[in-house]
Amino acid sequence: MKLSRIELIVIVIAAATALLVAAPVIGIAILALKPEPELWQHLLSYVLPQALRDTAFLLIGVGIVALVIGAGTAWLISAFDFPGRALLIWLLPLPLAIPTYLAAYVYVDLFEPLGLVHRALMVTMSSSDAMAMLPALRSMPGAIFVIGLVLYPYVYLSARAMFQHRSADVAEAAKVLGAGRWTTFRRISLPMARPALAVGLALVSLETLNDIGASEYLGVRTLTVSVFTTWLNRGSLAGAAQLSLLMMAIVSILIAIERFGRRESSFEFSAENPRLALHTRLRGWRGWLAFVACLLPTLLGFAVPLLYLLHQSIRRGLLASDTTVWRDAGHTVALAATATAIALLLGLVVVVAQRWRASRVTDLSFAIAQIGYALPGLVLALGLLTPVLFIDNGLNTLAQWLGAPLPGLVMIGSGAAAVIAYVIRFLAVPTGFIKAGYERIPRDYDDSVRAAGAPAMTGLRKIHLPLLQPALLGAVIVVFVDCLKELPATLLLRPLNVETLATSIYQYASRGSFEEGALAALLIVAASIGPVIWLTRFADIPKGPA
Amino acid sequence: MITSRTAALAAVVAATAFGTCASQASEQVNVYTYRETKLVQPLFDAFSKDTGITVNVISASSGLEQRIKTEGANSPADVLLTVDLGRIDDAVQAGVTQPIKSEVIEKNVPAQYRDPDGHWAGISMRARVIYASKERVKQDAITYEELADPKWKGKICIRSGQHIYNNGLFAAYITKHGEAKAEEWLRGVKANLAQKPSGGDREQARDVAAGKCDIGIGNTYYWALMMNGDPDKKPWAEATKVILPTFAGGGTHVNLSGVLLAKHAPNKANAVKLIDWLAGEQAQTIYADTNYEYPVRTGIAVNPTIAGYGKLNADPMPIAKIAANRKAASTLVDKVGFDN
Repeated sequence: MKLSRIELIVIVIAAATALLVAAPVIGIAILALKPEPELWQHLLSYVLPQALRDTAFLLIGVGIVALVIGAGTAWLISAFDFPGRALLIWLLPLPLAIPTYLAAYVYVDLFEPLGLVHRALMVTMSSSDAMAMLPALRSMPGAIFVIGLVLYPYVYLSARAMFQHRSADVAEAAKVLGAGRWTTFRRISLPMARPALAVGLALVSLETLNDIGASEYLGVRTLTVSVFTTWLNRGSLAGAAQLSLLMMAIVSILIAIERFGRRESSFEFSAENPRLALHTRLRGWRGWLAFVACLLPTLLGFAVPLLYLLHQSIRRGLLASDTTVWRDAGHTVALAATATAIALLLGLVVVVAQRWRASRVTDLSFAIAQIGYALPGLVLALGLLTPVLFIDNGLNTLAQWLGAPLPGLVMIGSGAAAVIAYVIRFLAVPTGFIKAGYERIPRDYDDSVRAAGAPAMTGLRKIHLPLLQPALLGAVIVVFVDCLKELPATLLLRPLNVETLATSIYQYASRGSFEEGALAALLIVAASIGPVIWLTRFADIPKGPA
Repeated sequence: MITSRTAALAAVVAATAFGTCASQASEQVNVYTYRETKLVQPLFDAFSKDTGITVNVISASSGLEQRIKTEGANSPADVLLTVDLGRIDDAVQAGVTQPIKSEVIEKNVPAQYRDPDGHWAGISMRARVIYASKERVKQDAITYEELADPKWKGKICIRSGQHIYNNGLFAAYITKHGEAKAEEWLRGVKANLAQKPSGGDREQARDVAAGKCDIGIGNTYYWALMMNGDPDKKPWAEATKVILPTFAGGGTHVNLSGVLLAKHAPNKANAVKLIDWLAGEQAQTIYADTNYEYPVRTGIAVNPTIAGYGKLNADPMPIAKIAANRKAASTLVDKVGFDN
């Protein structure tokens, strides 16, 4: 079939997006070109066995914590009505706003000996008895607990978008056939939500893999930590680049295995009646149990760090003394909002191109669009330096040749480089969310649009987009908040004289007094709460059949 | 109120977008720094007031020399400020610097603390020292060699052996005693650790205060910051005393924060002015007083808290030699499984 003009444009943009995402990977590949046989011998004997083990434990542990909390709460919120549900709907995604390294600092400060919890326990017992009761947070289990608590919202948000649109017919059919709530969840809702859970879980794993601050502080030596020690201490940028590429290959293989595992399952919901199931009301102790189950993760992942930050901000008088923080907040929101808009648009284009015209080009574009997330932020930034400055320096050479005044390094000097890094890094979120959303929209719809002779754009606007709304909203929250928190790429790629909230917190943390950055951290939370409340409310209005 | 704030915000956003245009104004110097902006900003403010030169800053944790290198001849970087001998070395190795050539620096910075070829100059120093329990540690002197003595079994706390501060210390040990002896020593220290290395330098003082270990290893200024800057952390410092360790028959391991001149510095004259100024009396006093560091320039008083540690007898080994052993130190840490 001949391509229409709009289809051609979409496919070209999708391919260009893939090129953009591939740019830093090519940059890293260039850095990796120097062979380092001696270094690898050393890494294989002394570093990698332990790093791979730590990484595997951490990923599996955090994955389980995030999956249980994220999928569990998403199912409760989507299927039932219980006390406090209206409040919990927007509280549950909020731990997303707490950067992992910050959560680690807060929990260590509270729970280590001589901290608040220790002092509170000492009211009723001796110091050493109290100390024996304190959890060892600077450990693998500590890291799993802390990181899992702030990352579960990735699973929650992606799962909720799916649970919410689970077909009422299927649920009711299950009920008629005598299946209980638990059986319905296990045999119907869970398998149907698998694409979404896989997306959420992949995001959790990649965020965990990207983390350096929390892992290093808590004494866990992941592969990512090895990448940095290889670069900075073992003195080999090439070796670090090679390790990063290896890590990326492992991630890609894992994602491919998951895709292959569910290649034959497809859960498009009934074309006749795509309405939302009604919430079952939970009464009595069941309702309260559901309330507590949803409240606990928000208390631990959000309220505890929030109150800690509030306390520190007030105690240290930061509102009066930290005068630059408002300017930093302006920079942060401007960069994050720009990147979110671009990432959402490009993500949509990539998925739509594949939906409209599945071909080698569109399939490949889709696959490449996801890989940015598999690179740790600082590695991505290092890889991006080469292509970005190639363009910047090219412009100057061109200007010189034309005899025009030199523009300077425009892209890196304007913040564009940082925005590009955000888009590349977080593009996996909108593509993943939207793709999972599309897997629930039957092809019949597309065929009907075609049969009616309507342009593809009309089908997208009138049918796909409304049905994709929960997925789109989830993606906006996640990308925006991720951009607000982003640290390593921002540090290396931002223009002179620009601080974001995250880099400002870092300035204090690296001096060993992260509490001084409490106000900046609070502003990240504040900037996240707005969109979370607005979007989750928006997403909770049940939509009937069109 | 709201409208003025919104307007201000919009102005800020616009200024960010057109940041490149803003930097056309009058006298400038562009600084890339591994030192935190919050720390160096007071210095730059004082410099601007003195000279009328505006200082533009970007700070990062790593990769700045890579950025300068990739920016190439069009790089706006004039000055690179670093916090560690390793970073100083990295920048020189990356080929992004040029000799400073300043009589002021030669006069004010002792030869031990600057590059013979003039590519870098030290600005301030910190020593890697012992936070010892006041209650449980009786001795007031200690050697680095002694840390491997079995009498400290289960009594030492330290952060990751791959952290640059420890990397510098271990590299200095190799410089002093050679790789074989250093490996034996590091195995001994590892055997004495109370727990797996984690946390930052402050946490080591906290662990000593809590009784998890008797001695922690940390930098001089962290202790001063806990003592003077933060009521929550003061008890951690108060439970410990700082001992300035020495190498047997030598001095205390010090690390440098240094300054380098970028190869393609577009504002070279201003850059040299800034570098000279950083070695001047006013800047050196700020380093000593607000950052709790040892000034490199002689004749500047150290902060009273730092002076309370006793007289610093810095080990005379050349910084460049220590830097050359960084990789070996990192390799040893892996080999003995120090962080496991």
